[in-house]
Amino acid sequence: MSLIFILIPFIASAILLLLRPGGSRSIALLAALANLAVTAWCLGCDYSQGMNCTFSVPWVASAGISFSLGMDGITLIMLVLTNLLAPLIIVSSWGRNYDNEPRYYGLLLLMLGALNGVFLAQDGLLFYVFYELALIPIYFICAIWGGQDRIRVTLKFFIYTFVGSLFMLVALLWVYLQTDVNGLHSFAWADLVAVQMSTYSAHWVLLGFFLAFAVKMPLFPFHTWQPDTYVTAPTGGTMLLSGIMLKMGTYGVIRWMIPLAPEAMHVLNPIFISLAVFGILYASIIAVKQSDIKRLVAYSSIAHVGLIAAGILAWNKAGLQGGILQMLNHGINVVGLFFIIDLLERRLGTRSLADMGGIAKSAPKFAALFMIIVLGAVAVPLTNGFPGEFLLLNGVWNYNFWLGALAGLTIIFGAIYMLRAYGLVVFGETRPETANFEDVNSREFLVLGIIAGLVIVLGFFPQSILGLTDGSVDRILRAVQI
Amino acid sequence: MNSLIPLIPFLPLIGFAINGLFGKRLSKNMVGLIGSGTLFASFVLSVLCFNQVAASGPIQVTLYNFFTVGNLSANFGFLVDQLSVWMMLIVTGVGFLIHVYSIGYMHDDDGFWKFFAYLNLFIFSMLLLIMGDNFLMLFFGWEGVGLCSYLLIGFWYTNKEFGKAARKAFIMNRIGDLGLLIGMFVIFQTFGSLNFNEIFATLPNMHLEAGIATLICMLLFVGAMGKSAQIPLYTWLPDAMAGPTPVSALIHAATMVTAGVYLVARCHPLYDLSPEAMHFVATVGLITCIFAAIIGLRQNDIKKVLAYSTVSQLGLMFVSLGMGAYATAIFHVTTHAFFKALLFLGAGSVIHGMGGEQDIRKMGGLRKAMPVTFWVFLIGTFAISGFPLMAGFFSKDEIFAFTFAHGGGLWWGLAGLGAMLTAIYMCRLLYVTFFGDFRGTHEQEHHLHESPKVMTIPLIILAVLSVVGGFLNTPHFLHLGNEQWLAHWFSGVIPLNEMHLEASTEWSLMIFTTSLAVLIIIVSYFVYRKKSNLPVSDTDQSSLTRLVAHKFYVDEIYDSLFVRPVEKLSKLFHYYVDIQGIDGIVNGVGSGVQRLGAEFRKLQSGNIEYYLLGMVAGAILLLLTMWV
Repeated sequence: MSLIFILIPFIASAILLLLRPGGSRSIALLAALANLAVTAWCLGCDYSQGMNCTFSVPWVASAGISFSLGMDGITLIMLVLTNLLAPLIIVSSWGRNYDNEPRYYGLLLLMLGALNGVFLAQDGLLFYVFYELALIPIYFICAIWGGQDRIRVTLKFFIYTFVGSLFMLVALLWVYLQTDVNGLHSFAWADLVAVQMSTYSAHWVLLGFFLAFAVKMPLFPFHTWQPDTYVTAPTGGTMLLSGIMLKMGTYGVIRWMIPLAPEAMHVLNPIFISLAVFGILYASIIAVKQSDIKRLVAYSSIAHVGLIAAGILAWNKAGLQGGILQMLNHGINVVGLFFIIDLLERRLGTRSLADMGGIAKSAPKFAALFMIIVLGAVAVPLTNGFPGEFLLLNGVWNYNFWLGALAGLTIIFGAIYMLRAYGLVVFGETRPETANFEDVNSREFLVLGIIAGLVIVLGFFPQSILGLTDGSVDRILRAVQI
Repeated sequence: MNSLIPLIPFLPLIGFAINGLFGKRLSKNMVGLIGSGTLFASFVLSVLCFNQVAASGPIQVTLYNFFTVGNLSANFGFLVDQLSVWMMLIVTGVGFLIHVYSIGYMHDDDGFWKFFAYLNLFIFSMLLLIMGDNFLMLFFGWEGVGLCSYLLIGFWYTNKEFGKAARKAFIMNRIGDLGLLIGMFVIFQTFGSLNFNEIFATLPNMHLEAGIATLICMLLFVGAMGKSAQIPLYTWLPDAMAGPTPVSALIHAATMVTAGVYLVARCHPLYDLSPEAMHFVATVGLITCIFAAIIGLRQNDIKKVLAYSTVSQLGLMFVSLGMGAYATAIFHVTTHAFFKALLFLGAGSVIHGMGGEQDIRKMGGLRKAMPVTFWVFLIGTFAISGFPLMAGFFSKDEIFAFTFAHGGGLWWGLAGLGAMLTAIYMCRLLYVTFFGDFRGTHEQEHHLHESPKVMTIPLIILAVLSVVGGFLNTPHFLHLGNEQWLAHWFSGVIPLNEMHLEASTEWSLMIFTTSLAVLIIIVSYFVYRKKSNLPVSDTDQSSLTRLVAHKFYVDEIYDSLFVRPVEKLSKLFHYYVDIQGIDGIVNGVGSGVQRLGAEFRKLQSGNIEYYLLGMVAGAILLLLTMWV
């Protein structure tokens, strides 16, 4: 079953890239919807007994490498995130009429397959392969269809994240060399986790993984590639990066970093969490005065992901459950926000907040949908942002009272910068530039309506998601104690 | 009945959905009917609930499990007990009257349907707040009302200043919300539950450290300070007057701002354990009460006077709470809801008649043109000032008696000072607005008219309530019958509190404060009817008047202490730390590697002699290290 998640997008991608047929959008959408259907089917499986839907064939048997996939509740939510957002990202790219569409959508599907692979991989090397594979299509998407200065920005992004991953590879190889399964080394997740190491060695392993994931998320102070890249990338690329790709980092912390080297967590974790919490405040404060709305949301994303990371690193039930829930909800909200920004940019030809205002009058539907998504981002109760943020803050607070209180400032700053942006875009006197602002058309309404609906439904019923991950989180917390 | 309870909050939510989605295509009458009709149904259901609670005690209804994470679990559930059902009656009852009034007040507004949608959403949130059976539910409502407040303050969105006021309200509320949120974390850690009944049931059987109780109470009170506009988080409320007047009446006078009082009353078993927290609550309340009243003396915007009056009255409620008189505080919430809603709606009627004018210096003599508005406003003024036997008389008198009994003479005197100031600025408002000669433009004078029935009838009902509302809870020593009815009603939730005063003491306290109030009403009549005592224009103000009129420049102080530093920090972080600092290092490493590559490339020059030199040098180095 789990192989399908990778096969469908890869095959569709190959068709698009090699055959370059017409109607590439529809093919891409069809493939993404097929994946979504498979995800929906997987919601019904039982994950209480550990990994389900496993698939494993030896790859390089002599080196202990296998093509091994599997899913538990945590993976399931990541697949929901990826495969739910993919169709929305595809549909929201339609209005742009990119050059060379088969290539664009082909790369997008390649990315989708690789992301699914990252979340499904049960073999260390396979994980690493998918992790790097995901970088290639997004690099091309940004470098080909991006905005001004795209080559420099994209190259920096590529090198930065690639160097980060190399540290992970070294750490992974080191752990691999310590494994001993009937005299052979093994990359299997369980075998890697079983390695007992001294605190000293665990330091280095932990640091190696941390560097890779901290760059990917990104965490302060490894974040400086992010605002430029988000701003420069085409909207579809920004959505992929912020909605799904950064979750490779947070997911990696849960599945790989902490389980592999918990022995040194008690030493390094105070530093990690402090960085994450400081990053929340730092990015929030920067977001307060941004004049480019896309950059503002980029910084807000650093703040949000900092909170997710802090909650996960606290490694308790509330933090982990909140973190996983928020990965999904942040993805939904941020894709919504970047779509809104795309509509603004397309209609007004600018992203500068100073040139907007008074849109409420000319485009009431747009204003209402934007409001709902903003509320989700600000984590107002009974929107999807709230339960995750509540649990995350509770998790960090359980770890340390003052860190929790500091992280809590995010609810104030979040309101400050998001409502400022919303006010500047939507409220105020109508200006000549915005007087004829066209309200959302039916395709745009479909995307935003689905997102707004999810914001509300998941806000009322968070247990529908939390219940899916409950057993898996308990299992991993029992197995890995820090 | 129990299965109907969820309908009480959800009916207004349905109203919100209908008006929000289709309101634009519906007629105004239909929109008004849906908005008020759903609320009226909620009111009727609340009355039925009241009877049920009276007959068979509190009702608990659980809809579904909101989330369960480990042992942290919270239901979407309602608790209808004596306290919450009373608040439900106020919110749905007064709310309904304000909805009806709005049909007239907002009739010519383009956003009519949107206004009703937001009002209904507010009622939904407010009902969640008071009906929730756990802290998380309370928090849903708590933030929900803050959101609706934001939407309604900024209702006229084309005005940038209004938008700013709306944002300020939301953000200052969120500062309080953070306190409440952390308070919830401490509560859960201490009691292992967020459910009111479970917490208060375990409380007597456990030995709670006084420090923990104080911590919890203080954190909850931070929330209350934000929502109920207490010092230092009060500055948003006067600005919130940017919203349409029915909003000021409903949200910023009668219901939402009293949520903090409700929270403390609901958590009174915790506050009982912490004298320090109680003292703090009373102190903040008292300072706010006097400070806001002083500012109210020199405001010339009819709504601003009432706004500061609300802040001041809320302060008085917190004094009451701090004295342990929880039921009395809710009693004052009740009477205040009547007369303050009346005053705001009356002010709205004035503004409506004056074509949008809010400056009382441009009014005068309105009693002839607007007789109904005048009489109800007069009743409201007398009620808030403590005129004998009117609503405010009983509730304030009880607060003073408790303050005297539990706080002593000084506290009583200071609270009395607050009440005195209230009577002064309210009488100033009444006389300057309705007596004397008209001071507006000819155009305004021509336009001046009494408001339509759909507005005056709710006013009259509220006026009646402001007159008789005090009889809900008359003191024992007056022997008016039905003594302390409301306090007895609450006794299932809030134990009766005896103040242990001699009847003669109570008599003398009452006579003293009452005669003072009556004296002020009479004296200020003569003072403010004279033209020479009218408020002067901004340029002629003395420096002291200007200081007060500018609200002691607190907004400016906050601006330079918090707003501008954060903005500066934002730019500093962005340009110097982020772009030049951190990213500079990253780029530096990048170009460093490039330069290093360029240097190393020079080594690969193809010159054999260099290679040999390197080899020999390496060998020597190796030998040296082995030798050492």
